[in-house]
Amino acid sequence: MGTHNYNLTEQFEFTGKAKNLSIIAIVIGLLAIGYGFSAEALHERTFANLLLMAYYFACVCMSGAFFLAVQFVAQAGWSASILRVPQAMAKALPIAVVILIAVMAAGLYTHNLYHHWNAPGLTDPKSENFDKLIQGKSAFLNVPFFMARQVIFLGVYSIFALLLARLSNNEDLEGGLNSYRKSFKYSCVFLVIYGFTTPIFAFDTVMSLEAHWFSTMFGWYNFAAMWVSSLATIAVIIILLRKSGYMAWVNNSHLHNLGQFIFGFSIFWTYVWFAQFLLIYYANMPEETVYFYKRFDNYEFWFYLNLILNFLAPLLLLMDRDNKRQENILLTVSIIVLCGHWVDYYQMIMPGTVEEHHGFGIIEIGTAVGFVGLFTFTVLNGLSKKPLIAKNHPFLQESLNHHL
Amino acid sequence: MNNIKYILGSFGDPDEMMHGIQKLQDNNIKIHDVYTPMPIHGIEAKLGVKRSRLDIAAFFFGITGTMTMLSFVYFAAAYDWPINIGGKPHFALPDFIPITFELTILFCAFGLVGSYYASTHLFPGRAPRVMDLRATDDRFIIAIDAKENAEHSKIDDLLKEAGALEVKYNERKYVSYE
Repeated sequence: MGTHNYNLTEQFEFTGKAKNLSIIAIVIGLLAIGYGFSAEALHERTFANLLLMAYYFACVCMSGAFFLAVQFVAQAGWSASILRVPQAMAKALPIAVVILIAVMAAGLYTHNLYHHWNAPGLTDPKSENFDKLIQGKSAFLNVPFFMARQVIFLGVYSIFALLLARLSNNEDLEGGLNSYRKSFKYSCVFLVIYGFTTPIFAFDTVMSLEAHWFSTMFGWYNFAAMWVSSLATIAVIIILLRKSGYMAWVNNSHLHNLGQFIFGFSIFWTYVWFAQFLLIYYANMPEETVYFYKRFDNYEFWFYLNLILNFLAPLLLLMDRDNKRQENILLTVSIIVLCGHWVDYYQMIMPGTVEEHHGFGIIEIGTAVGFVGLFTFTVLNGLSKKPLIAKNHPFLQESLNHHL
Repeated sequence: MNNIKYILGSFGDPDEMMHGIQKLQDNNIKIHDVYTPMPIHGIEAKLGVKRSRLDIAAFFFGITGTMTMLSFVYFAAAYDWPINIGGKPHFALPDFIPITFELTILFCAFGLVGSYYASTHLFPGRAPRVMDLRATDDRFIIAIDAKENAEHSKIDDLLKEAGALEVKYNERKYVSYE
């Protein structure tokens, strides 16, 4: 066992370039959204983009809480010294939840989102808009129950996220194993709830945009997307912190673990994506193939780009052991994967909302930049409140001596 | 001239063994190999063992499986006996990805088992070659080639200083041909 002279009270200072850039990004985002709402014709596209980024933001944050829970339940030692980063992401979850619910409520109210199942007359047999399929699903897909599910699911995730962060804070102050044992217990409960509810959350938020179509793989497909994008985010934050002189205790074995996670779950994402695609392709039933028909028709470029960024790039760039251990390569791949999952969500959401009127311009880029700025601001702000290391974590020494 | 081929230092504790390795290296005595009943963290780096090329072998076994399956499926489904299945192209790639994936893994797994047997000289029905049987139980063995290193008494001293419980002089390389 080597002895280390790491500064265990090191604290991140959120000032200077990071702060200015994230505020500028938020302003750019607000301007782009303002531009989107300036013309009636752009409203739906703006709403679709807001939903995309709010969903992305919430998913990354809640998967941060999921990462914490997985580490506690697995009693993992390697990650003990980097837990403050996912904790900061988990602490940003309530903000993401409020934004996501506001976007969905406004979209439902103005009929810009979910109009496929939420339009006048859809469930009324006398109306000319009557839709028998939607009527059959209306016991589940109706506005009060939909919003109630969203509030309950996201509320529960937020409570657990804040709970895990608070227990870690108590651990810093009191020491001992009490907080760790409690974290373990709450993590077990959280994982069970999370595992059963995230597919339903994904069905509601994204799949119900095209309410006629359904796929039971969709929930896991989204789970894989949010989990891998969250892992990539954690890697990006840690590498950038290291580059600016913080977290000297993170060595390339920690990066190797994160790289393995990103590599493995990119493959898992492809696996689930392909499981959904292959069954629909092979069975060739019109009510199912309509989903991919729409994506081949107007979104062919995005469809293939999605696979290149999320499967081929991590497969080829992260397969080699040495690449996983080099921070610049890991950083590049993480950013590619993060862009890739934007494309992934884009081709999930856009065909169900703006259909062939989609575009890639000021609104798309501006909204994405705005949310990235908001994410950076909230997460770094949360990160600066506490020391960068949980100094009383029982497995801290194992993590500081981590070597693969 | 004696017939001693190998000197074996037998340790009861992995830390003392690592200490023994350090001592021998400090005196420029070449270590033939080290045998332990359990994996010791960091020993490869200490002994300067070259990185395993198993991953490269795995890649080539895997890619062989991929190519075998794709070419067989092309031969069977598109060249030799094309059948129209659901109006799809004869060589409908998505349909054949699962089986290609399976064959990649199968070739990779069998190939690696074979490579492992070949590199360790372990085959079913063959008695394993062991330098000291207790290395499979409770002892940590450092083996030194006696022909290359002439100063046997110095090696003996170094090993005992480091905490060796026993130093053996073997006239045969392996003890378990029986």
